[in-house]
Amino acid sequence: MACNPSEVDDMSANPIPVKIVVAGGFAVGKTTFVTAISDIDPLTTEAAMTKVSEGVDDWGDATGKKSTTVAMDFGRVGLSPELVLYLFGTPGQDRFHFMWDELVRGAIGACVLVDTGRIDQCFPAIDYMENAGVPFIVAINAFDGMLRHHPEDVREALDLPRHIPVVVTDARHRAAVRDTLVALVRHAMTMAQSTG
Amino acid sequence: MTSPEPDALQGVRVRPYMVTGGRTRSAVELPLEAIIRVTPEGQKAVGTLNLEPRQIVDICHQPLSIAEISAHLRLHLQVSKVLVGDLVHAGYLATHTATAESADRPDLQLLERVLDGLQSL
Repeated sequence: MACNPSEVDDMSANPIPVKIVVAGGFAVGKTTFVTAISDIDPLTTEAAMTKVSEGVDDWGDATGKKSTTVAMDFGRVGLSPELVLYLFGTPGQDRFHFMWDELVRGAIGACVLVDTGRIDQCFPAIDYMENAGVPFIVAINAFDGMLRHHPEDVREALDLPRHIPVVVTDARHRAAVRDTLVALVRHAMTMAQSTG
Repeated sequence: MTSPEPDALQGVRVRPYMVTGGRTRSAVELPLEAIIRVTPEGQKAVGTLNLEPRQIVDICHQPLSIAEISAHLRLHLQVSKVLVGDLVHAGYLATHTATAESADRPDLQLLERVLDGLQSL
C-alpha cells in the first residue's frame, strides 16, 4: 500500500528496521562495503565506552585515558516503503567489543569481511560471532580484483564449519555487495529453520 | 571566583551525559536501529522542550532511527537513546520497534521480505 500523505502521522507508516553487521579487521573495506549499497552517504555515530573493562577488553594499547569514544559508520538501504535495512560497520579493535553486543542484538546476522593478505585480522570477529550464536558468512574482499586464495583454502585457514558460507565479494561494487547480503540472509533463513 | 566547570561554561566541550542529567538509562530502552517519529503531542509540546530534546523532536518529523538521530545531531549514541527513551515515555515520540530487551532475531517471514527487497535492488 502506498504511503498516503494525509496519514503521515499514522504510526503504521513507520517502516520496520532490520540490521546487518559488517565486521572484519582494520581497513578491510567495511565502510567501502556499506557505502557501495547505502541510499545515503554513510553516517558516523559516536559512542562512549561506559563500562569498566572486566577482563574482556584489551586495554594493552589504551593510552591511559579514562574515557574512550568509538566512532561507528553505518548506512541505510530502503528495501520497500515498509522495510529499512541498516548496515553497521563494527569498530575494529578488541576493546570495542562492548559495542558489538549492542550491534548484534536482534540483527539478521553478520558479514565478516576478510582480506586474504591479512587473514588473521578477522579471527576476533569470527570468534565473537560464533560464541554469540550470530548467523554469519565470510566474505573475501577481492578489492584489487585478484583472488589470492581459493575460498576453500580460506575456510580451512579459518577452520570454519561446512555450514558457514564463504563467498567472494568486491566491496566497491553495489551488485557484489547486494549478492553478499543475499547470501547472508539465505544463511540466516537456513539457521532459523534448523533451530525451529 | 574561578569557575569549577570550565568545560560547561566554554561550550566547547560538553560532557556527553550532561544533557541527560547524568543518567545513562531511560525508562524506555530502545535498540539503536529503532525508528522514531514525532506524535501530535510532541508537535504541540516542542516549544516547551530543552535544546537537545527539541532538536530530536524537530528532526523526527520524518521517520529516523536512533543511530541517525545521533549522527545528525552529533549526540553520543547512548545519550541519544536516553533522550529518545524519555521522549517516547512522555508520549512526544513514538516507535513500533520492540524494546532492546525483547529484540529477537527476525523471523522467517521478515527474512523473506528482506530477501525480496534485496533481490529487487
